Amino acid sequence: MGTTRREWLKSGGGVTLLTLLAAAGWLKPDEALAQAWNKAAFEAKTMDEALKALGTGAPTASKDITFVSTPDIAENGAVVPIGIASAIPKTEAIAILIEKNPSTLTANFDIPPGTDPAISTRVKMAQTSNVYALVKADGKYYVASKEIKVTLGGCGG
Amino acid sequence: MPDPMKIRATVVGDSTEVKVIMSHEMETGQRKDAQGKVVPAWFIQSVTATYGGKTVLSAQWGPAIAKNPFLAFRFKGGAKGEKVQIAWVDSRGEKRSDEAAIG
Repeated sequence: MGTTRREWLKSGGGVTLLTLLAAAGWLKPDEALAQAWNKAAFEAKTMDEALKALGTGAPTASKDITFVSTPDIAENGAVVPIGIASAIPKTEAIAILIEKNPSTLTANFDIPPGTDPAISTRVKMAQTSNVYALVKADGKYYVASKEIKVTLGGCGG
Repeated sequence: MPDPMKIRATVVGDSTEVKVIMSHEMETGQRKDAQGKVVPAWFIQSVTATYGGKTVLSAQWGPAIAKNPFLAFRFKGGAKGEKVQIAWVDSRGEKRSDEAAIG
């Protein structure tokens, strides 16, 4: 008996097809990757693991990344506003990493040309921690950090 | 079907400012219920914003985005009355897509 289509897909045939499409130039690798949620990066427990899973190498510290309307002290860790703006030319992506959360990587935003390299959202923080803003610009990685003190943690509950 | 998003898109100078509130539990997978059992993780994993058929922002999220996620960003251009679409997919494969006219 030959394998069914379903089994073939489960066996990873689908991945092979994507790889072939990428190789044939039909799909740019970035586009293919953008479709899939980066499980390894989001499950990383430490900064080092997360940066490794994102393939950033060692990011350069930058003063051109700023935290906008982000508090120094968050009374409620369940809702912490974070705003990040990058003044680095050709910013392509902005990621938020929270060092002492159970999983470090919180969000990764792709910034297409024509969109301002600035995003605001709200995050959960388990405890007082450094928050890192990781920026990808022109293929290189930059980082800035800010400590946010948390009075009441936002996980466990 | 999840509840609709609240989307506000306004022209600011030569750009459009988009503010979105999504309705989602964003369960972390860390929390325990009254019986002491871990509540499984359930959160929005990807978000895409489009205008005029072009992606103006896309994002991948983990469970540490706060409940009922808020997102704000700006893109160049955008005309009053034209529509901005926002779509998300969560970790259970549930989807929601909404649109709003730029005001």
